[in-house]
Parts: sequence; structure tokens; C-alpha cells
Amino acid sequence: MKKFDKERLLLAVAGPVIALVVAVALTSIVLVASGKNPVEPYALMFEQATFSDVQVLIINQASMYYIAALAVAIGFRMNLFNIGVDGQYQLAAMMTAIVGAHVALPAPLQIPLLLLTAVFTGMFWSGIAGVLKVTRGVSEVVATIMLNAIATSVIGYLWLPNVFGVKVGNNNTTGEMKESGWVPGIDLGAAGEIYGLVILAVLLGIAYWVVLNRTRFGFDLRASGASQSAAAASGVEPKRMVLAAMLLSGGMAGLAGLPILLGDTHTYSLAFPTGIGFLGIGIALLGRNNPTGIAFAALLWAWLDKASPELDFHDYDKEIAVIMQGLIVLSVVVSYEAVREWGLRRQQRRVGAELAAGHVLGATPDNTTEKEVAGR
Amino acid sequence: MTTATDVNQPTLQPAAPGGRRLTLPVLLLVIAGALALTSIVRIITGADGITNVSQMSTALELAVPIGLAGLGGLWAERAGVVNIGLEGMMILGTWFGAWAGYQWGPWTGILVGIIGGCVGGLLHAIVTITFNVNHIVSGVALNILALGATRYLAPIAFGGSGKQSPQVESLGDFTVPGLSDVLIDLNRQGWFLISDIAGLLGGLVTNVSWLTLIAVALVPATWWILWRTPFGLRLRSCGENPVAAESLGVNVYKYKYLAVIISGGLAGLGGVFLSIVANPFYLEGQVSGRGYIGLAAMIFGNWMPGGLAIGAGLFGYTDSLNLRGGAENVHALLLLAAILLVIGAIWLVIKKKYVAAVLTLAVGALVFTWYAVTDEVPNQVVSATPYVITLLVLALSAQRLRMPRANGMPYRKGQGK
Repeated sequence: MKKFDKERLLLAVAGPVIALVVAVALTSIVLVASGKNPVEPYALMFEQATFSDVQVLIINQASMYYIAALAVAIGFRMNLFNIGVDGQYQLAAMMTAIVGAHVALPAPLQIPLLLLTAVFTGMFWSGIAGVLKVTRGVSEVVATIMLNAIATSVIGYLWLPNVFGVKVGNNNTTGEMKESGWVPGIDLGAAGEIYGLVILAVLLGIAYWVVLNRTRFGFDLRASGASQSAAAASGVEPKRMVLAAMLLSGGMAGLAGLPILLGDTHTYSLAFPTGIGFLGIGIALLGRNNPTGIAFAALLWAWLDKASPELDFHDYDKEIAVIMQGLIVLSVVVSYEAVREWGLRRQQRRVGAELAAGHVLGATPDNTTEKEVAGR
Repeated sequence: MTTATDVNQPTLQPAAPGGRRLTLPVLLLVIAGALALTSIVRIITGADGITNVSQMSTALELAVPIGLAGLGGLWAERAGVVNIGLEGMMILGTWFGAWAGYQWGPWTGILVGIIGGCVGGLLHAIVTITFNVNHIVSGVALNILALGATRYLAPIAFGGSGKQSPQVESLGDFTVPGLSDVLIDLNRQGWFLISDIAGLLGGLVTNVSWLTLIAVALVPATWWILWRTPFGLRLRSCGENPVAAESLGVNVYKYKYLAVIISGGLAGLGGVFLSIVANPFYLEGQVSGRGYIGLAAMIFGNWMPGGLAIGAGLFGYTDSLNLRGGAENVHALLLLAAILLVIGAIWLVIKKKYVAAVLTLAVGALVFTWYAVTDEVPNQVVSATPYVITLLVLALSAQRLRMPRANGMPYRKGQGK
């Protein structure tokens, strides 16, 4: 038994390691092909990670990636593809900014109000897709893609000057939020300030782990993700679980934009980061839907983002980081699948050998083929 | 087109449960009715823009890339591979098309753009078919990668900031002489129905690019290849039941690979259209979600070429409203929507579905009130229109849509032995 566990650990680590090595190798090939030094960019980017101001930037950025990836991961655990995290977090951030600009309660009430606004906006938007899925059988992938586009239009409408918008120069904004809704950061002096809501991101990660691994609900969710029919047979209502997972995912997505909104910009404007929802998909995959894994993946992603602008000063193009992100996602999914199949084959061989040796079937440790939902 | 499917694949597709067959005469009647209604609405509201010739030709131009992406999606999904990566393949098409186009002329650009899309398709095929990775995951990864790759390559190839390529020479377009003028003239008269039909046809024969013509021809060509040739039958059998196909000697991997590569090529062609015909240059962010919309158009059209062409036309048309007098024209379309909802309610009463009828009538009344109390709608409503319509169509018809049965399912060689 013990030996087997070690092998499982090895297999779990092999996936991401192989993927990263392959991605780095492929990126180096791209660099060589475009006539650049294939090693120096990494050295430059590693050097960036040693500066404390860049570290702060990385942590701040990672907090948002982390929450978005958790939102995606909730769906993955249930075999749902919430492609709509992007629309959900943007709309939620905007609604929060609007509420924050028009309501002024004391901070202990204001901040929870803002958080709830974000959660409920995200839930509302993902709930549309969820309801369509359970009542009408509409694929959540297509529905959330449509809802992303509609969210863009809704945002475009909401920040018209005659609705909720305020024009600041050429920039559409929602106006400055009331100060009681600002979340103070952790001041690190010259290095900058870590967003206060980074702590929220950590708490969400813990909550994600506890709910999925230590509660009845989490068990039901994972069970229906692994096999809807088996879960239904043990009394889990699949439709209810789909809707619940979709709502949870949307609620989580709603929070993804808040670290920067409440911690730094205090307004939703054209400059607000976009596309975090799509990156969240890659990060959740890389982290294998596991809260610790996702944390590492989010930090890796944020590092690629925040360290790459330095490349521009050394005659490299910072877009190499985007290529790398794409290659990482691709090699991660391929290597996870390859490693999984390899593990399965080894296991089959061993079971076959033990059976041939005359062991009883029940004695073989073949109960470890945990189905890996959407992680492939 | 629906009838043709059933004749050709009785074993694969049992008659849709309770679905009514839409025969050609009925379809023509519906189209004629829709045109007549639109015409009435145009006369009541005075929004002549909704059927004018230039509106229609803009609509056609905007529909082409969406339709090509949709065709790409159709090829892949008919062979059982979901292709969310269409967006990335289109991006590759825009970049490669413009890159080859400005150096060696637009026709070379088209060819290279298609190849660029095919490369994306090949990558998706390797990851999904050989490595059995989840199709949606692979597609999303491909979209990220294509975006990164083109952004990285653009400054190297085009110089400067790399957000835009040098100009590509025009492909040239043609106008059917005589006919076009007559139709434009008729369209200007503002007569009931006749002018609207003239507008629609006028859009199809005025300043049409050669690539548009090719794209339009690809729709029936796809239908013919997939539904009328042994090659197509085998390809579709991989999307319906790969195990059965394999047991009959079909090389499932080969057909899936071919389908996904062709899918990438079509999406790439859609990208080329954007960077050579719609604009004469590559522009970062040019595709802006059209790959996803193409996918929606395909689902909207129930995984059939004719249906997806209608879907693409609808998207193209609403998009064109966005460019030309959207606020006023979409406002006019609110009246059309209200009338359609009332007709729908009457239809539901005839079918004795009273609850649904009351609901439909209520929505119709709301839309009419919206029409009555406002003079125009915000532009954002216009841009959201195609997406909302898709969601509504999906919600109302999801049970009747039928995707290829093994679409998106993992398949391993040797399962059929």
C-alpha cells in the first residue's frame, strides 16, 4: 500500500513538471527561431522576481487569478465548463463599483455589502446559464460565451454618462467609490502595498478545500462530477447539483475583481483588467483543481505577467510570456493525460501480474483510480 | 435541408421525437411572411434603413466570417470533435493572411491564411484525438496560444508596434451590371414588399468580393460533401458512433484528423476575410469573438449547413445595424419582435398551450410598450441583440436541436474491435 502511494505522488508531480519542461523547451525553440538568445529571457525574468516591488505586484495579481481559477475549478469538479467567469467577474466588479459609489455606510457594513453585491451579481449571471442548463438543456459552454458578450454590452450601457457612468477625460468610469468601502492594504514601504483582499483569496482557498473535501455537499458535488448516474443512484439530485455548482462558481467569480477594485482603483474604468476569467481556466488546469496547486499556478502566471515587461528593455518581446502561457496550458493538459494513461497501464499490468500469480482479486489495491474530472 | 438528412441517414438518426418536418414550401412561406412583416414594420416606422441595399451588403460582409467559422465548427463537430479553438484559428488566419497578402498579393494571402488556420486545426487534432485531452480545454488553450503567437510575431513581421500590418492589395469586387442599378432603384421607391426584396437581392449583387462568393458557395459544397458523398458519410459516422464506424472499417482517426484540419482551414479563411476583404490589413484584436459567434451560429442552425447560414446571416444583419443607424433601426425591429411574439402567442393558443401563450403575449406587450414609449434604443442593446437572440433560440429549441451523438466524447483506437 505504502509503495503505491509514493507512486501516486510521483505521478501527480510528474504531470506539471513534464509540462513546464516541455513548455520552456518549446518557448526556447520559438526564441531561437526568431533569432534571439533562448536562455537570457528566463534569467531576466527570474531576476525580476527577486525585487520586492515586483513581488508585491505578483502577489496582488495572483490574488485575482487565484479567485478566478477557484471559480473555474468549482465548475470543473462538477464537469461543468464555466467559460463565463470572465463576464461574471467584470459585471460583478462594475456593479460593486456602482454600489460603492452611491451608498455610504460605515466601513464594517459597507465592505460586507460590497462583497455581497459582487457575489450576488456573479451568481445572478452564472445562474442564467445554470437555469438554462437544467430546465432547457442548453450547453453551459455556449450559454456562458453568449453571456460574456452580453455582459460587455450591459457594462457599456451602465457606464453611459446618463446612466451610472462618469467621464474622466477619455475614460469611462463609474465614479470614485465612497472611502468607507476601500479596503486598506498591507503597507510594505517602498515595495508598495499588498491588497487587503489577498487575505480573502487565501480564505476562499481554504473554504474551497473544506467544502469540497470535508462536507456532505462537497462529496455530492464531486460524486456527481465523476458520474451523474452513480450519484443519482445514491440519491443526489443531479439538476440541483448542476445549479448549485454553477451558482457557487459564479459567486466566486464575482469576487475575482475585488482585490484591485477595493484595494487600488476604487473605480471601474476602461483600464480595469479583462480576460482574467479565461486565464483562470488555464490556471485551474495547471493547478489540477487543487487549492494549493492553483495557488502555485496563479503565482507562476502572475510572475510571467509582471516580470515580462522588463524584457522589452532588453530587446526581447514581452509577448513571449503569453506564448509561454499558451504552451504551458497545452503541454499541461497533454502531459496530465499521458501520465494518467501511463499510470493506468502500469496498474493494469500489476493487477494482471498479481492475478496470474494467483492472488484474490479483492486483495489488489485497484481502488485508487480516482476519476480525474476535467483535469485532463 | 432537414429533409435531406433523414433520407440519407435513416439508421443514424431516428425521426426527431415530436418534431415537425420543415419542408421547403413551408420554409419559403415562413421567409416570405417574415419579409412581408418586415416590410410592414418598415412602412409603419419609416425606418427605411432596415432593408436598404447598403445595409444588406454590409450584413452580408459581416456574415461571411461568422459563417466560415460556423462551417469550420460544423466539419469538426460532425466528426465528433468540439472546436472552441475556432477563435484562435481565425486569429491565425488574419495574421498569416495579411502577412503573405501584403508581400505576395491577396490570393497568396488567402492560401497562406488557410494554411495558418489548418496548422491550428492540426494542433487541436493532435491534442484532442491522439492525446484524448478534453476538447474544450484544448480549444481554450489554443485560443490563448494563437493570441500570444500572433502578438509575438506581429512586431517582428510588420515592424513598428506590430498592432497593424501594412496594407494588403484589394482582391477586387464585382457588381452585376444593370441588375444592381435596377434593384437599387426599386429599393429606393419604398414600395411594400417589392422594395424590400429588391434591397435584399441588391445586397447580394452589389460590390460583392470574390471571397464572399467563394464563402457562400462553400455552404452548399459542405452540404454536398458531408451528406452526399461516401467520404462525408464516413466522416459523419465518426461523430455519431465511432465504434460502429471502426467496426465497419472506417479509419476513425484519419477522418477526425481531416475534419479538424479542414475545420481550421475554414476558420482561417474566415480570418483572412477579416484581414484582406473587410479591412485591408491585420489589426490586433480583429477577430473579437467571431469564432465563438460562428460556433453559436452553427448550434443555432442545428449542426446543418443551411441552418448555420441563416444563423450567420442573422448575426451579420444585427451587426450591420450596429454600424448603420442602429439606434433607430433596432427600435423599429422592436415592433417586429412584438408582432412576432403576438403571432407566436396565437399559435400557442391553437396548440392549446395556454400558459405559454399568456407568457408570450405578456412579453410581446412589454416589448411593444418599450417600442411605444421610446424613440430609439441605446447602441448597447443593438450589440447585445445577436447574443440574446441566440440564447433565446437555444432556450426555446434546445430539446429539438440534435448534435452529433458522439460529439466531444473521448475515443480510443481499437474500441470497435
